[in-house]
Amino acid sequence: MNVIPTLLILLMALVVAFAQAWWGGLRGWIGVQVDLLPALMVCAALQTRLATVALLAVFGGLGFDALSANPWGISILPLFVVGLGLYAWRGLILRRQAFAQFLLGLAACGVVPLLTLLLLLTAGYAPLVGWGTIWQLAVMALVGGSLTPPLCRFFEAGQLALSYRRHTQSSFRPDRDIRRGRR
Amino acid sequence: MLKRPHYVALIIVTLIALVVLNLPGGAVARLRFAFNGFFLPLFGFAATSQNLAGQAGDLLVPRRELIRENQQLRRDNQQLQLVATQAVEIARENARLRQFLGWREQAPWKGRLKLGQVILREPANWWRTVQIDLGSRDGLRTNLPVLTVEGLVGRVSAVSFDRAQVVLLGDPNCRVAALVENATRDNGVLGPSGPVPGDVAVLSYLPPGAVVKPGQKVVTSGLGGIFPKGIPIGQVLDSQSVEFGLYVEARVKLAANLNGLEEIWVLMP
Repeated sequence: MNVIPTLLILLMALVVAFAQAWWGGLRGWIGVQVDLLPALMVCAALQTRLATVALLAVFGGLGFDALSANPWGISILPLFVVGLGLYAWRGLILRRQAFAQFLLGLAACGVVPLLTLLLLLTAGYAPLVGWGTIWQLAVMALVGGSLTPPLCRFFEAGQLALSYRRHTQSSFRPDRDIRRGRR
Repeated sequence: MLKRPHYVALIIVTLIALVVLNLPGGAVARLRFAFNGFFLPLFGFAATSQNLAGQAGDLLVPRRELIRENQQLRRDNQQLQLVATQAVEIARENARLRQFLGWREQAPWKGRLKLGQVILREPANWWRTVQIDLGSRDGLRTNLPVLTVEGLVGRVSAVSFDRAQVVLLGDPNCRVAALVENATRDNGVLGPSGPVPGDVAVLSYLPPGAVVKPGQKVVTSGLGGIFPKGIPIGQVLDSQSVEFGLYVEARVKLAANLNGLEEIWVLMP
């Protein structure tokens, strides 16, 4: 069992969660902070195993909530639900196509915050919600969707760099060697 | 189509989420603190890169510019010293008058302010918080007011050993008793306005007859016991009567730039 993709995606989740909290990003300009964990979940769901998807949801969700004012653990389920859905139907998706990744990222980056908000409201918390939330979700979905294909490429490149190269079999077979000329 | 392993994974993850969400408050705080340990290398990396960027920036500033800035700061310093001399005289007069009237003296801020730096901002769009580099080792505790030279920023909401979370004005968990500096000095409660824009809050529960005009200043009223009286909050943008004239509500543009916070002052007890 190769654990490198799992470790790599967890490391990326850690860096992404921290970068979102460290760098103000678009918030100063347009009042929106983009969340890239759903985009990372799309990459994981399309390219890794179910256990990795579950680990990413737990680890990424806990990491995000540790840096946020969210109740600790509230982001786990929305991330996993989206990841599981993609994982279950990934056979029907052209997962190597950048456009497919963009659309999946767009949907995931819109749905995960929406589910988190619904969970928060259901649990009795009072987050900042209003008409501006629609604008925020739209920007998050669009930017997250646009960054999903590069994230997936980066993840693939990281896996290739850190894993052993697959042994490719030569097409040469000595028993079928055609010898020409006279002996 | 979902298969059996998918359901098993869903049940396990749901159980983990439910267990974490239902942990007692103390345990959550400790575990959160422990989990933050994963981010320590990234904190170090971020601080180093910031230092390097700062040093590179310093090298790029021409000497002439530094000399000009130095002269400007000297002039500002002299002006502020004059103002401070006048303020000392006014404070003495104030103290004498308070003594005559038997009013209790307000605790001076001098020596009670602790400078901190913002190290992290809220990654979620539905809260307004920041994390600062002061913690319980610096004597911080919850509900201490946090301000900048422009005005009030918020209050300390959670404290760990070397870090603290500050809940900013406009967050649903930060409500401030405030008053408008008009003729009747009307009192209200400053609360959240909405997700965007981030520099506006709503002053609610002003009396029905309150005359609140754009440009009037809003300061803390001192009611509630957390924020001392007279800290600037912002200026009134507009006002309207709500709930069929039951009370007046005003939008307030906050004095402090909450999106660009870098250094803050914590008012210690």
